[in-house]
Amino acid sequence: MDALEIARWQFGITTVYHFLMVPLTIGLGLTVAVLQTIWHRTGNEHWLRMTKFWGKLFLINFIMGVATGIVQEFQFGMAWSEYSRYVGDVFGAPLAMEALLAFFVESTFLGLWIFGWKKLPKLAHLATIWCASLATMLSAYFILVANSWMQHPVGTKIVDGRAVMTDAWAVFTNNTALITFPHTLFGAFAVAGGFLLGISWFHLYRRRKEGIDTVDSNGYVIVGEDLSKGKNRDKTDYQVWIKSLRIGAGIAVVAFLGVALTGHEQAKLMFEQQPMKMASAEAACHDGTGFSVLSLGDINAHGATDCNDVVAVFEVPGLLSFLANGDFTTEVKGVNTLIPEYQQKYGEYYPDDESFGQYAGQKIDYLPVMEVTYWGFRLMITFGGLSAAAAALALWITRKGTVPENKWISRLAVLGIAAPFGANATGWIFTEMGRQPFTVAPNPQMGGVDQVFMYTAASVSPTVTAGELLFSLITLTSIYAVLLVVELVLLTRYIRGGVASAMPELDATGHDDHPDSDHHDNDDVLAFAY
Amino acid sequence: MEWLPTLWFIVIALLWCGYLFLEGFDLGVGMLIGLGRPTEKRKRLLLNTIGPVWDGNEVWLLTAGGATFAAFPHWYASLFSALYIPLTVVLVALIFRAVAIEYRGKAITVPTRKLWDLALGVGSLVAAFGVGALLASTTIGLPLNENGDRIGGAFAWLTWHAVLGGVAVVAFCWIHALAFLRLKTDGPVRQEAGKLVGRWLSVAVLPLLLWTLWVLLKNESAFAWAALAVALIAVVVALIAGRAGREGISFLALGIMLLAAVAAIFLAAYPVVLPSTIDSAFDLTVENASSTAYTLKLMSVVAAFGVPLVVAYQAWSYWVFRKRLREEHIPKTHRVTSIVN
Repeated sequence: MDALEIARWQFGITTVYHFLMVPLTIGLGLTVAVLQTIWHRTGNEHWLRMTKFWGKLFLINFIMGVATGIVQEFQFGMAWSEYSRYVGDVFGAPLAMEALLAFFVESTFLGLWIFGWKKLPKLAHLATIWCASLATMLSAYFILVANSWMQHPVGTKIVDGRAVMTDAWAVFTNNTALITFPHTLFGAFAVAGGFLLGISWFHLYRRRKEGIDTVDSNGYVIVGEDLSKGKNRDKTDYQVWIKSLRIGAGIAVVAFLGVALTGHEQAKLMFEQQPMKMASAEAACHDGTGFSVLSLGDINAHGATDCNDVVAVFEVPGLLSFLANGDFTTEVKGVNTLIPEYQQKYGEYYPDDESFGQYAGQKIDYLPVMEVTYWGFRLMITFGGLSAAAAALALWITRKGTVPENKWISRLAVLGIAAPFGANATGWIFTEMGRQPFTVAPNPQMGGVDQVFMYTAASVSPTVTAGELLFSLITLTSIYAVLLVVELVLLTRYIRGGVASAMPELDATGHDDHPDSDHHDNDDVLAFAY
Repeated sequence: MEWLPTLWFIVIALLWCGYLFLEGFDLGVGMLIGLGRPTEKRKRLLLNTIGPVWDGNEVWLLTAGGATFAAFPHWYASLFSALYIPLTVVLVALIFRAVAIEYRGKAITVPTRKLWDLALGVGSLVAAFGVGALLASTTIGLPLNENGDRIGGAFAWLTWHAVLGGVAVVAFCWIHALAFLRLKTDGPVRQEAGKLVGRWLSVAVLPLLLWTLWVLLKNESAFAWAALAVALIAVVVALIAGRAGREGISFLALGIMLLAAVAAIFLAAYPVVLPSTIDSAFDLTVENASSTAYTLKLMSVVAAFGVPLVVAYQAWSYWVFRKRLREEHIPKTHRVTSIVN
């Protein structure tokens, strides 16, 4: 592998990994803020327990997002210095704003939230989680502005061979960003919804299996309690799980509707802004109107011009046109039409310039890796649709107040937590790899500004060696793998510990009667400690 | 608008000041926990002095990086790619450190907790060293060609001044953390930290002053010499106040020493942001490395609004957690047990 390929693998791995943590942080953060607000207004204990429990899992996950986020900001300069030089005038601004306006708020106010439970007035404490949660979303906005500019450069022109910002308003209200932002947020809420649903299902199932909750002859729940475990399995505990489950399922269903609607708008923009991405999402060689449900053949026919091998086995006529343009008749251009268009506009060969390294003077492959774009697009939709359908089903199954006493359904519910994560990851892989061979895709909509684009081959740091890149790729990937296991082990342990994981006072063996503890006198100094 | 790049040079210097001042003590506390041998209770006491604030402190680093990207893309690109290996190591260190702070208390067995301690200690040490090496490199020089790209291979960055910068920041973080613990704790930790500060302060600030001197001797700047003089006075004040038991003044004086030294370094380096050791014609300066006036204006508006806000709410969070901690305040660890067998 050459330096460029290693750098691309590294960026892909570190970004997809980081984006396992991010949607859960965004989705769960808002959920916890809402739960705490309901507790604040109603005073019912189960809302407090939900806030604490989901808040605990939120924090275990949050720290991983923080830790892996730093890599994101540094590696543009480290591995992609030519890219950073070319785009810095435009692209750096949203990144700096993210740190200054969003990330500071997130980290400072989360510190206040974690340690401030008894130190701050209740309302101020509630405000801290809202600040942190809103900041996670603001953070997403800035990052998506940056990313959307790579998909659809606006408000810019070339001066001395570099892209410079000419219109900040255009950059920050890029139509690509404005639609990607809600799409990403809904995707994050889908993750949180599935997370609440799966874990709550597990606990309700355990309550049934252990004979704590039973059902009457009509299938309605009879809530019981088992006080041998302290308050871990009291009636309030039932409330925690059934409410979490139904809230989670509700979030998942609504989030999916949001994802689908915004996704449709995105597809329309993609059709105009990045026609090649649209065509390769469809493995569409020829112009047409049908959406392929299954295409077979050598869809990755990389000599680029020959993709005639692909046979659409099952196609829904008109659907692709609907996705792309909102009607059933617009012809969507296929790969075979687009490649000559790109060659004519941007050239058949990379410039014979040393900044292109070994790619200088080589033929440009305008076709993204179609296996990835085609299947990435479909997996995204499948994962998203399946989890939404499962969530809707869950709402119906639990209408009588509990879950069936069935081990396999419970396992399926837990496994289902992974589906929305999968949808997020495949969606991003699709959209980033579909942009290739560009880091900054040319913008065909804006006549004069069409020339602001950059090839991935010219983006990488010129004198950073393949060895250095390999070192960081191997180091980061192996550390990430280990830390993923650690996070999953911890999450599992805290999930199995039930609400008491986050509220030790619920345990039968709680510390409240410790004669040696002067705990209560010291609450005002340290209500929580690492 | 010629002054805009200079303004942003000052902003970035201030961001580094904020980072070193704030994360300085939490990196130092991390080293003390992970590399010293305090009891478990003592470790938790130390960790909780920085518990609510360390993450906010670290954002100063991210903001310094992001602001450099936005305001001086060429500086950001050349510096970060030249230091590829050390920055990879810094990233790994920061990852381990962050995760260790959050997860060490969740470890069940003693060996895993020890592993987290090690991650915290080594992570803090390496991160401090790496940041120091980066700042020394950018103020004293890297082998850059006319495009601003490092030549000479993966370890061309490894110079005496990079090592000096690394040692300077590590030593400063250590002494700064002791001064901080003296202020934030009560009981034996406060006593011991006080003794150590009194004994080692003048030694621990030496590498930093040496680095400052290095930059000053390379570049003529009367302002920089004035700043160095302030730093030296601050050291004396910190020593005297420390001996007299004026912990707050001593801590602040040490902090002022840092700010003055960093100011001296950046003042002397100005207008060069990253000198090339190959040919001074290849130096990156505030002029040739900066973004356009349009972008700098936009960022100025954002910073004028954002920076005071950050300072205000971070100050508030320090105020909320202002009380001294004692070992008796540390609650028992809660051991999470499965309720589902």
